[in-house]
Amino acid sequence: MSLLEFINRMLGKENTSSKNIAKERLRLVLVHDRASISPQMLNKLKEDLIRVISNYMDIDESCMEVNLSQDDREVALVASIPITRMKRDYSVRS
Amino acid sequence: MGEVIVVTSGKGGVGKTTTTANLGTGLASAGQKVVLVDTDIGLRNLDVVMGLENRIVYDIVDVTSGNCRLRQALIKDKRFENLYLLPAAQTKDKTAVSPEQMKVLSDELRTDFDYAIIDCPAGIEQGFKNAIAGADRAVVVTTPEMSAVRDADRIIGLLEASELSNPRLIINRIRPLMVKHGDMMDMADILDILAIELLGVVPEDESIIVSTNKGEPAVLDRGSKAGEAYRRITRRIRGEQVALMNLDIPDGLMNKFKKLLGLH
Ligand SMILES: Nc1ncnc2c1ncn2[C@@H]1O[C@H](COP(=O)(O)OP(=O)(O)OP(=O)(O)O)[C@@H](O)[C@H]1O
Ligand SMILES: [Mg+2]
Repeated sequence: MSLLEFINRMLGKENTSSKNIAKERLRLVLVHDRASISPQMLNKLKEDLIRVISNYMDIDESCMEVNLSQDDREVALVASIPITRMKRDYSVRS
Repeated sequence: MGEVIVVTSGKGGVGKTTTTANLGTGLASAGQKVVLVDTDIGLRNLDVVMGLENRIVYDIVDVTSGNCRLRQALIKDKRFENLYLLPAAQTKDKTAVSPEQMKVLSDELRTDFDYAIIDCPAGIEQGFKNAIAGADRAVVVTTPEMSAVRDADRIIGLLEASELSNPRLIINRIRPLMVKHGDMMDMADILDILAIELLGVVPEDESIIVSTNKGEPAVLDRGSKAGEAYRRITRRIRGEQVALMNLDIPDGLMNKFKKLLGLH
């Protein structure tokens, strides 16, 4: 335990305690375990999404976020993709 | 008609055999007719923990392969008339038993006993598949460590995929002082992550080692904390509502000081 850690704990700031580190790491690793998807795969998915979506609109890739989110025993894919410009849609609506 | 309960974990060495021995002995001391089944083929241990290692003649593979009848292979416990052990084979391979054979065996045990407790080997391979094949419900044992909890999560997923839904969790080897200092995940942390029903919490306790040395499960030792935890688990298995054991430790000097300063 470092001095800083010790002082933090004395002051009741528990966030640096090793159990909180363990819990946070575990939460992350289980998201990937449960969805059986690796960080590399997630990156590939992101690239594929960009390619497909770019056919329809311009997006800000630098601000794009694609993540797996976990609640209870379910994992969801949550994407936040800022649109910078829509492409014109001239097709006739039926 | 009895019940077949399998004790699993994923990670090795977290307390499956200890749990099987204590739960089974606890149930037997409550008057139930119980059989303990060691499916850890090649790494037989339950016999030693129960103190019955000198009485083995036949084993589980002899039974499933038809070498002998179930009754011939069962070893009667030293302490309880109504408690039996079906030992694992020590010299054979895990593939010497198949899931289908385990289903047949479980059916037979269900008609002869109130409870059959199956001690599962570590891992997720053949031995695990055999152990869970004939079970009605499952218990998952973990310790409060990352790797054990991670493996428990995997096991829960596999159990649910094989129709053994609603497994219940035992958290073993909790060290209250480390929890208090924020250096060990507590019950709430682990339940939050695994999201399954709790069956019990067992403290780290030297009496487990002493009881293993003697071949007498700690559940029979009135002075043992882990024994008390297993007595409560035994009652919960039978459907009773039992409060969790209080594992809190009294405030030390430092905490009193912090409280005084209003920091707590
Ligand atoms: N609550 C406890 N306090 C202290 N020691 C314990 C506790 N529970 C288990 N142990 C010890 O931990 C070791 C492993 O326990 P056990 O053999 O029950 O684990 P296991 O899950 O069956 O292991 P394996 O995967 O190898 O079959 C044993 O030496 C046992 O005495
Ligand atoms: Mg074992």
